[in-house]
Amino acid sequence: MATTKKKTSIKCEPVAVRTVGDPALDRELLQSMLLQRRFEEKVGEAYALGKIGGFCHLYIGQEAVSTGIIAQLRPDDYVIGTYRDHGQALVRGVAPRAVMAELFGRIDGCSRGKGGSMHMFDRHTNFLGGHGIVGSHVPLAAGVGFAIKYRGGDQVIVCFMGDSVVNIGAFHEALNMAALWKLPVLFVIENNRYGMGTPVEKAAAVDDLSRRADGYTGMDGIVVDGMDVHAVCEAAARAIARARTESRPSLLEVRTYRFRGHSMSDAVSGTYRSKDELDEYQSYDPIFSLRDAMVLASTMTVAEWEALEAEVAATVQDAWDFADASPEPPPAALYEDVLVDTTS
Amino acid sequence: MPIITYREALNQALREEMARDDRVYIMGEEVGVYNGAYKVTKGLLEEFGENRVVDSPIAELGFAGIGVGSAMAGLRPVIEFMTWNFALLAIDQVVNSAAKMLYMSGGQFNVPIVFRGPNGAALQLGAQHSQAFESWLAHIPGIKVVSPGTPYDAKGLLKSAIRDDNPVVVLEGEMLYNTKGEVPDHEYLIPLGKADRKRTGTDCSIITSGKMALVAMQVADLLAKEDIHIDVIDLLTIRPMDVEAIYESVRKTQRAVVLEEGWEVCGIGAQVVDYIQRECFDHLDAPVLRVHQADVPMPYAKGLEKIAKPDVAKTIAAVKQVMYRT
Ligand SMILES: Cc1ncc(C[n+]2csc(CCOP(=O)(O)OP(=O)(O)O)c2C)c(N)n1
Ligand SMILES: [Mg+2]
Repeated sequence: MATTKKKTSIKCEPVAVRTVGDPALDRELLQSMLLQRRFEEKVGEAYALGKIGGFCHLYIGQEAVSTGIIAQLRPDDYVIGTYRDHGQALVRGVAPRAVMAELFGRIDGCSRGKGGSMHMFDRHTNFLGGHGIVGSHVPLAAGVGFAIKYRGGDQVIVCFMGDSVVNIGAFHEALNMAALWKLPVLFVIENNRYGMGTPVEKAAAVDDLSRRADGYTGMDGIVVDGMDVHAVCEAAARAIARARTESRPSLLEVRTYRFRGHSMSDAVSGTYRSKDELDEYQSYDPIFSLRDAMVLASTMTVAEWEALEAEVAATVQDAWDFADASPEPPPAALYEDVLVDTTS
Repeated sequence: MPIITYREALNQALREEMARDDRVYIMGEEVGVYNGAYKVTKGLLEEFGENRVVDSPIAELGFAGIGVGSAMAGLRPVIEFMTWNFALLAIDQVVNSAAKMLYMSGGQFNVPIVFRGPNGAALQLGAQHSQAFESWLAHIPGIKVVSPGTPYDAKGLLKSAIRDDNPVVVLEGEMLYNTKGEVPDHEYLIPLGKADRKRTGTDCSIITSGKMALVAMQVADLLAKEDIHIDVIDLLTIRPMDVEAIYESVRKTQRAVVLEEGWEVCGIGAQVVDYIQRECFDHLDAPVLRVHQADVPMPYAKGLEKIAKPDVAKTIAAVKQVMYRT
């Protein structure tokens, strides 16, 4: 259930028992989340084998956020986010093959091998990228909102960001102008409780991140349980409708948790967070809790689940095979895409 | 030909380009109601309305980023920084967003944006308001940097900058806004990446840009009386630099002075000297000298400020030195 702010604890307080919805829709949500999960697990394997290099941030545990929010968008809407972008790209409709090839640094990657894990881009789905500088993409999102309004369109842009973003200047400058100029932007804080190893309560002088919206007149601050995909869908649908019909920005804090380390070099637990804490959150797994609820409610059989797993596994394996076979960019690509040679 | 100010030339460029293409809008502090801190945007709000002439809060990082985002979504923003000193707060959006987007998206998202405003020192504004950032900006692949010194160049370059599909930085000069020059009635563009020979001579080259082009022309005119004939190469565009124009001039004169407004260390002049030593080594009759600001933050006191700045006298001294005339 989406609640309109005023919760005091920064912790996400998920409920273990999930509701079920329309069976066909639930299956789609489950499929979308499972694809991200299995894809990211495969990415972890590829990284260990040296097929993927550099910084790589897995999304495992947070899948209900991208699935629940992006499902509310139209094809002509826009999505922008951070370096933790594989899941969002997949849900937005970037082909798993193109995302995997990008991770492998190959020519068929969605950014032609020039972006890598942190910089997925896709013009066809209005996926405006993974951005690597904390907070910097938040003004970009406001700029896209500005362009939509300038043209009198009714699209919206969703801007995903981590919890540490609420403490950086770019965030406040962007939210101020978005509220001032009534831009159709949904700002989404994925509160996974940590920015690298720093817990939210050691970084933010506010006990409820969505309250950052209080500083900006006309902006709603909303909190939602990010382990419950239905709650995410519902909260996002309302905020997106507000952006689309009233051109009003909202700040949606989604309480979630990452089940892996910050990046590939970070231990899963044992330093800044305990194994017990991790276990607790894993018991609220957004995918398995929905699956269990569906099986319990008989809207899905175990055989159907197994078929879904097999289908997703095949998609992910296909992505890997494709990426592995895709050529590296030729040396000539080095000097391409620095500038365009056109004028308007 | 009509004679107008540098300010009016920029204003004409903005007006013409906004009339030509309704995706072009201008955003910045005081650009609307106030008519611009230096009145460059005078009358534009009245003519184009508040959708297209947008007064922003004092939030350089935020509105520079809004510009970049809107360009990714198809608009053609002109972002005015009240001065480039303040643009340092927005440098992340210039360097990490605008300059990187095309490359890291594998060619999918170009950013047709202009970042413009006065650069360099005026008079007695002190250390934080008197800085020339040419070399900071020209260091970055993925953006173009232009630096016009005359009204004619200002108008032609700004129009080309707005039509360019890449991010373009336009470095203007607070001390230039009131200067006058001939600007034709008819429409014209100046191509980016092409230098302009401002004086023709065979004795020594002065390679320069922006406000310093005016100094170089004065130097050339004064030295002509002493029968020293200077080839003044005004780069106009600092990135991409018209190296062929430099080579051609230096191969002819065999002597060069590089004149810039900013600091010495890692300055534009260092780059120009490197090009010359690599490509014109056999033609040189003397080491290439550089004229630049003293390597200190700009002082306030009038006398100190004067000796900190590059000027006509320092440039003449450098020319005479490379010509072994004292
Ligand atoms: C401006 C800036 N400072 C530091 C970093 C290094 N850094 C990358 S991710 C990160 C933590 C961000 O945490 P959060 O916003 O909570 O997102 P999460 O990684 O949890 O998704 C840091 C410090 C950066 N990329 N940009
Ligand atoms: Mg976090």
